[in-house]
Amino acid sequence: MSDILIKANGLSVGFQIGNSIFKRQVLKAVDNVTLEIEKGSFFGLVGESGSGKTTLGRALLKAVPITGGGAHYSDGEVAYDLEDISKEDLKDYRKRAQLIFQDPYAALSPRMTVRDIIAEPLEVMGLTKTRVETDERVREIAAKCRLNLEHLRRFPHAFSGGQRQRISIARALVSAPKFVVADESVAALDVSIQADVLNLLKAIQADMGLTFMFISHDLSVVAHTCDHVAVMYLGRLVETAPTRQLFASPKHPYTKALFSAIPSLDPDDRGIAQKLEGEIPSPTNQPSGCKFHTRCPNAIDVCKTIEPQLETADRGHQVSCHRWKELLDLVPA
Amino acid sequence: MSALITVENLTLKFKTDEGLITAVDDVSFSLDKGEVIGLVGESGSGKSVTAKALMHLNAKNAVYTPESKITLHTDDGPVDVLSLTTPRQLNVVRGGAISMIFQEPMASFAPVISIGKQMVEQLQLHSNMTKAEAKAHSINMLDRVGISDPAKRIDQYAFELSGGMRQRAMIAMALSTKPKLLIADEPTTALDVTIQAQVIDLMKDLVEEFHMGILFITHDLGVVAQTADKVNVMYLGRMIEEGPVRDVIRTAKHPYTQGLLNALPKLNDLDSPLEPVPGDIPSPLERPSGCVFHTRCSQIVGPQCSSRQPRDVNVDPTHRVACHIYSEAAE
Repeated sequence: MSDILIKANGLSVGFQIGNSIFKRQVLKAVDNVTLEIEKGSFFGLVGESGSGKTTLGRALLKAVPITGGGAHYSDGEVAYDLEDISKEDLKDYRKRAQLIFQDPYAALSPRMTVRDIIAEPLEVMGLTKTRVETDERVREIAAKCRLNLEHLRRFPHAFSGGQRQRISIARALVSAPKFVVADESVAALDVSIQADVLNLLKAIQADMGLTFMFISHDLSVVAHTCDHVAVMYLGRLVETAPTRQLFASPKHPYTKALFSAIPSLDPDDRGIAQKLEGEIPSPTNQPSGCKFHTRCPNAIDVCKTIEPQLETADRGHQVSCHRWKELLDLVPA
Repeated sequence: MSALITVENLTLKFKTDEGLITAVDDVSFSLDKGEVIGLVGESGSGKSVTAKALMHLNAKNAVYTPESKITLHTDDGPVDVLSLTTPRQLNVVRGGAISMIFQEPMASFAPVISIGKQMVEQLQLHSNMTKAEAKAHSINMLDRVGISDPAKRIDQYAFELSGGMRQRAMIAMALSTKPKLLIADEPTTALDVTIQAQVIDLMKDLVEEFHMGILFITHDLGVVAQTADKVNVMYLGRMIEEGPVRDVIRTAKHPYTQGLLNALPKLNDLDSPLEPVPGDIPSPLERPSGCVFHTRCSQIVGPQCSSRQPRDVNVDPTHRVACHIYSEAAE
């Protein structure tokens, strides 16, 4: 299966900030992103806070307005151009594309029972005709997410973080979507529970033939779950590759720095990490040229003036850096 | 090395409408001068409550058992922390000899008072510096933690700083009174990995420079491996394993510690499946009998696991574990 489910083509999302006519500015949260997500894949999107990964995820769900470029969705039954989708089509798209939130404590209404929470999308979208039918769908998806009948009668406060996240997952999947964006879905969970939720997502994906976009700042989690990874920095895609290839031979200096910043479990590994100076610049005041040049250990003059484009380094492996070829020969310090 | 703070038989319960809830259950440990201890556990394991007890900072409904004892060894002799009552007496453990860095730097600074004013205020409380001296010292501290242009930053407010800078300012503030013990409660959890690496480096430099003890609370075993000398693992209020960082991470003895390590995604082995610790952490209202971990344990040795609390066993002179697997062998 190498069909493309979603294809973003020069996708940009800008937000207007400042309310005076003279000070009006556009904040480019996502800037000219082109990517393809294969049907049935687990696509990872990583980057620091402020890199635009959440905004990109929401743009693909058409939950924020697309201000430049476009995205094309095609699942074999229907095909939509998300940048100018009609209201009617958007209603249909909502059934096909869903979002799982980060914080399972904030995402569930404390005044609804778990059954009502999971049933709500079905009722709102009019997917079922009778209550019996609704109950059946709810029970079916709850079982898949390892929630029993007793759980369905209770309110969210009675559940732990891991169980709540399973409820959020059940709610997102009850409308039988084709495309699911999981935005930092395990970030708020303890490690022992995190592994459990990740395994559940993988099992469900295989079972229901879903396509996942998995947004995370945790590279080791992404490495273990995703087939393909895209790295973002200040709204731009800096590198994208199949997971194994990316982790075996990262090409962009930012990707390399991200990898080496992960605290190693080996206590004798201390202090060999390649450290990145400074912080991610403000998106309202972006650097010229390559966005990363202010923190890049390998930056040269051309990086400050000319913005690099995505180049293909290998099959499915693209990188946006002026010097990636030269850096191949450079032994990491 | 001499002990800086010793905790003996600390048991702490909270009085609530639903009855007494045990948050910390018979915990003992000691921290030496210049030593970094990593306190690891899931949410609800009692690690933050333990740390707050060192500063006598828990809410009013906290009940300490009479056997609980926390002793801080200062230059003027030992201080019995739990017997302190008046604000003046408490000054020594709250900002004097002990400082704390909190998880969420945005929530720990007052939003309407400038960073500098907050730093100066606490210096005036804890030392006899004049206002001008305190300000000069604060600027110096901000400079030390790597904040650029500190003379300008000191008049700014918390919202004007980025996350990493706020956490640096927090560290500068906590260290400006030259504490003997620094409690760092998940100081890097809210930060991005690249910034986390910077903050960890900074803290390591500061330990060397100020020679203070650090109690580093975290749920991230990677961060512990990179910073701590010793590790204490907590589960549901019990200290279940403690020892030098290499021993605990390389040869974890307790099934829970082993489970935590197995659940961690490892970058050098992408093929191995993730193994979660089965089940969920029990509600504190339904504390399991016997070994608190037996409801999720995969290595149960017999009925004693659910009936009897395991004793602490030394697997080697510095590595202690509380599990029936080892207490059987010892008998």
